Amino acid sequence: MKSLIRIFAIMHKELLQLSRDRLTFGMIVGIPLIQLLLFGYAINTDVRNLTAAYVDEADSHLSRQLIADLGATQVVALRQRVASVEELVQLLDAGAVSVGVAIPDDFDRRVISRDRPALQLLVDGTDPIILGVAEGLAAIPLQFDSQSGLQPRQRMVEVRNYYNPERRSAVNIVPSLVGVVLTMTMVLFTGVAIVRERERGNLELLINTPVRTVELMLGKIVPYIVIGLIQLVIILAVGRVIFSVPIMGSEWQVLLAALIFISANLSLGLLISTVAATQFQAMQMTFFFFLPSILLSGFMFPFEGMPEIAQGIAEVLPLTHFNRLIRGIVLRGVDVSMMMQEIFALAAFTAVALTLAVLRFSKRLD
Amino acid sequence: MAKFFGSSSPSVIEMKGNGDYAIQARGLTRRFGAVVAVNNVDLDVPSGKIYGFLGPNGSGKSTTIRMLCGLLTPSSGQAKVLGLDAGRDAEALKREIGYMTQRFSLYEDLSIKENLQFIGEVYAIPRRERRRRMDELLSRFSLTERQRQRAGTLSGGQKQRLALAAATMHRPRLLLLDEPTSAVDPSNRRDFWEALFELAEQGATILVSTHYMDEAVRCHKLAILDRGVKVADGSPRSLGENIGTHVIEVQAADADAAHLALREIPRIVSLTRLGARLRVQIPKHIANPAAVVSQTLRDAGIAADIGQVFPDIEDIFVAVTELREVESEAQAADAP
Repeated sequence: MKSLIRIFAIMHKELLQLSRDRLTFGMIVGIPLIQLLLFGYAINTDVRNLTAAYVDEADSHLSRQLIADLGATQVVALRQRVASVEELVQLLDAGAVSVGVAIPDDFDRRVISRDRPALQLLVDGTDPIILGVAEGLAAIPLQFDSQSGLQPRQRMVEVRNYYNPERRSAVNIVPSLVGVVLTMTMVLFTGVAIVRERERGNLELLINTPVRTVELMLGKIVPYIVIGLIQLVIILAVGRVIFSVPIMGSEWQVLLAALIFISANLSLGLLISTVAATQFQAMQMTFFFFLPSILLSGFMFPFEGMPEIAQGIAEVLPLTHFNRLIRGIVLRGVDVSMMMQEIFALAAFTAVALTLAVLRFSKRLD
Repeated sequence: MAKFFGSSSPSVIEMKGNGDYAIQARGLTRRFGAVVAVNNVDLDVPSGKIYGFLGPNGSGKSTTIRMLCGLLTPSSGQAKVLGLDAGRDAEALKREIGYMTQRFSLYEDLSIKENLQFIGEVYAIPRRERRRRMDELLSRFSLTERQRQRAGTLSGGQKQRLALAAATMHRPRLLLLDEPTSAVDPSNRRDFWEALFELAEQGATILVSTHYMDEAVRCHKLAILDRGVKVADGSPRSLGENIGTHVIEVQAADADAAHLALREIPRIVSLTRLGARLRVQIPKHIANPAAVVSQTLRDAGIAADIGQVFPDIEDIFVAVTELREVESEAQAADAP
């Protein structure tokens, strides 16, 4: 009972301080919104309107039809017509265009005889995403008009796109962004929580009261769990309104996954707080942890493509497990019971980090 | 581990036989690396009294207080505080003592009322009792009108009253105050000491560190600390009686000349100017100190009124620290 009163006292105090700290308060709402808009709009792997130029040496009915069809895909924006292939190459070299379309003068004959490729795409291959898009462009079945008597070539392999039929990046990014934002804010908030009290001299008073270490830690964590859930709601709601990312699975399961993921991050933050001597150090440690989380968790690059060592590191990061959970629940509508190993991994991380934090924290000054 | 979770019941008070002492320490020592911050300090602080620690900055006052409230573990020696071992039973002790840190350590972004409420909750004082106690403290320390003001915007005196109110919230039997008046003006200091006497009358034991001489005299008993060593202790009166020097006051028309002349007295312990007056301290073993002083002045052709006086606290402080200096120099000279 007394224990509850003390935990409540710490929570109440944290919330009061939080409501007066405008910067932190702004970060709670600002970080998710800014990140969501930045990532949602900027990181776009469904590339559209690549700048392109073309040379049409055939200048036939068929070639003009082709140019019109390419333009209609909106994958390339054919801005410029040039006279020769050399000019096309110059534009590529200068970086003025990403794609060049070269139509040879015997284009019509090539299309009919089908013995050689009918046209060439010159692609700036330095960006793999553009290269991939251009390769996709090569596979576009060109619908020539029926008079020419040509049937579109049949593709060898048909790709069926599950869960994201329109191939929009936002669908992939928004749910994962929940994890990224929570990692950043939750670790940071609790990372400075105890250090700040030490820096301001409050800790010497606090450790002289009967408050126990566990009570202090819980009292510091609980308010931020609520804040984390607020951020979750902001991201998913805005993601739904602006980027039309639906939640396929159960909202309760999203909440459950987020709850345990938030706890993992807060515990890590507290651990950082017991190690760091200043708030600045705590921030440095937070970013030391944040960077691998972003790079290795599967948020940026597919997990399967990474070398084994990187995968090993990724398995320790809470964000990796949360990404699997949130993508599963939100995008595929999977029931959380099918992904219990991820829940267990997050729970284990929380338990270890919190125990270490409690062990490291001493109610003494020596 | 367990001591951070559990609230091991306080051991039965073992020191009933040896008089009524709130604090008893023997050989208390604390090292920080090579530095000995507190060196072999013995303390006997009687219950219900105000006990002072007098000493300059760096004399080990804060370190001693932190060991007594269990914040620092002694390197050697031990302390019994309210019958509990300050090291082993630190958690049980925390419910019984109030500690006021040297630096303001309440929350500057919380109001006076919120701070007190927080402290009340952390000590798990029941709600009704907590409210009553808060009203009582707010009015006792004249903070009622400002109770909604943020602590960070308070003056030095107001902050210190708030800190004392917070430290006494749970009615501790022992108050440890670490230089409570260092950022406070004289009139606030007077009020503060009135409050301390009130608390002592109500039965609390108070240990207060200070570097103000006038505050030290107000204590029932005091210990003088110098570079980690307790160089003297006792009531201000007994300290004056047992001082190792004679104190001679000289009133001369030409104080500057007198000052120069008196400097030449061999084995003089100290010479202090107080406006037109001079205070001279001469070792106790010199039989007729007033005669030595008057002879010296007469030789220099300076007219002056001379009289032996009872040492004040500053004399005592200067005497114990200077004599220790002389001793350690003598020891250093003896050493090969």
